[in-house]
Amino acid sequence: MTKFIIRRLLQSIPTFFGVTIIAFLIMVAAPGDPVSLLSFNPTTRPEQRAILAAKLGVSDSVPIQYLRWLLGDDWMRWDSDGDDIADGSFLIALDTNGDGINEPPGDRYGILRGDFGRSFTYKQDPLTLIGQFLPATIELQMVVLTVSITIGIPIGVLAAIWRGGFFDNITRILAVIGNAVPDFWLAFLLIIFLAGPGLGLFPSGGRCAPIRGGCPPIYQRLSYLVLPASVLIVGAIAGWSRYMRAAMLETISSDYIRTARAKGLSNTNVWFKHGLRNALIPVATFLGPVLVGLIGSSVIIERIFSWPGYGRLTLTAVTAQDYPIVMASVVIGALLTILAYLISDVLYAVFDPRIRF
Amino acid sequence: MASVQTQPVIQLGTEKEKSFRSKSLLQKALYRLRHDTLTLIAIGVIILLTILAVLAPFISNSILQVDYTEPALRNTFAAINSPGHVLGTDELGRDHLARLLYGGQVSLGIGFSAAILSIVIGVTVGVVTGYYGGIVDDLIIWFITTLNSIPQLYLLLILSSVLSPGPFTLVLVLGFLGWTGTTRLVRGETFSLREREYVVAARAIGASDLRIMFLHIVPNLLSLVVITLALGIAGLILTESSLSFLGFGVKSPTPSWGNMLTAGLDLIRFAPHLVIFPGLLIMITVLCLYIIGDGLRDAFDPKLSD
Repeated sequence: MTKFIIRRLLQSIPTFFGVTIIAFLIMVAAPGDPVSLLSFNPTTRPEQRAILAAKLGVSDSVPIQYLRWLLGDDWMRWDSDGDDIADGSFLIALDTNGDGINEPPGDRYGILRGDFGRSFTYKQDPLTLIGQFLPATIELQMVVLTVSITIGIPIGVLAAIWRGGFFDNITRILAVIGNAVPDFWLAFLLIIFLAGPGLGLFPSGGRCAPIRGGCPPIYQRLSYLVLPASVLIVGAIAGWSRYMRAAMLETISSDYIRTARAKGLSNTNVWFKHGLRNALIPVATFLGPVLVGLIGSSVIIERIFSWPGYGRLTLTAVTAQDYPIVMASVVIGALLTILAYLISDVLYAVFDPRIRF
Repeated sequence: MASVQTQPVIQLGTEKEKSFRSKSLLQKALYRLRHDTLTLIAIGVIILLTILAVLAPFISNSILQVDYTEPALRNTFAAINSPGHVLGTDELGRDHLARLLYGGQVSLGIGFSAAILSIVIGVTVGVVTGYYGGIVDDLIIWFITTLNSIPQLYLLLILSSVLSPGPFTLVLVLGFLGWTGTTRLVRGETFSLREREYVVAARAIGASDLRIMFLHIVPNLLSLVVITLALGIAGLILTESSLSFLGFGVKSPTPSWGNMLTAGLDLIRFAPHLVIFPGLLIMITVLCLYIIGDGLRDAFDPKLSD
């Protein structure tokens, strides 16, 4: 098992580097250069811009820029006598803009050491920002996950047991409808009917009443969760029930179920003790990836309900061309995904002794 | 996820069953499909919507006699069934029905072409990697895992903001991001198909790799392709509307169901019809495509022995 985990860990390293390459290439291709974004002031002199450009390294070749972004540049250009003018360099020139004076030493640490630069709009470290916004998304998605699993799994099991029957057909139709509705449309309907001026049952947005010093504990602001969670739950129940039904039917057609039946076990015993328990294995191991997938997909709901989460942070950053945040959320999102699949695979191997990778 | 490959099981049966079994998988599927009323209705609806969208210029010019681009600021927010405008007008006084028809061209067009593009890429890459295996396979799988590790919607948002696409670029973006799922399925299927007797036989009589891949393996992926196509178009129409909602889809004044729905949401109190119809059209289209996908899956399922 240890060997398997180590091999799986090693396998995810190239994946992570692939992600950083894709993220970086997008940033390179993106319009609007950071120099003009940071020196928007029209009184900035061209010389100052040139200094900034040298400091940010935008004039270097793309591979060098990638290395700087990934590993930082404090080892590319350094200062050993303490006068803030670099006197040693590796891979890049000491004097980039050719004015006869050496550039200041590199001060970037690179994303591998947690330095994603500074957000253009928030003037903050992107990782700190993600740390502030991620909990709201996880909170929302945990509620969605809990409710949809409690409802969706039993529906799927029953639909499998009564395959082709009335219950199976009606849940199939409902699931298809649940998947076919654009979720922003559903969200607006809910806002109009349940949060509109007539009824006002639930707040139409936000995570809690605006007060100083963050939000109260979750049980005091459940009403804020109802609408955004409901929209996501509709789709999630549809997904879980169909997934569970398929897993159940796949299990029930296997040989050991036939053996169990041949032994003369009761139907209940066969379905719930032999069938359900085995069908739950893929479901249980799949939880992590699903949660991470939900984190990436809640952009729309977070925007409609002004939920201060990860998706909304990313969306506003993309709109504002705030690339340090965009890059950070892509890389962190991918890192979470890779981790979730890693854990899922390991759990799968633990639960199901037939699986050997 | 361990997925069980379905393989046809040879069984003995009565004369009647034998005559059904002697038919090819495609014939059986078509036979089952003919008896699946729900799927047939769904196919009918999609064909109808497609014809209406294709005939949009003819319908709006000759039958409705309206211009879908011309603003008429004296006649904004006309209600349903007002003179000259069957479904009323929008915030600029443009005919709603005509815009819905043209929007159908864009939405369905994007859905169909992006799905076909991603299927073509997905099948080609999947067959090649599944057939050759080895280092090509490792590289492609690495690339797919990498691409799938990044939240799909983020990639779409970023690419759309970088490229600020028109309909054509959007098709390319959606197509080039959407092929990985198909590749995985096709690759798995090819793994099992390349060991079949007829492939071995074809190789024994000297058929080239290219011929085996595209003449012997690809036709056997037909069921997989049509199912993925139906579900893919549905997903893409929803994605297009989500992107429009977030402000990264097809830009106004080019109408798409997605951006019409989004524009209508702000005006829902003045003119609910501007929200209801694009929303309904998206929902009906996606619903029908899901039903078709489900129906095709049942029709092509070799495990069903009716």
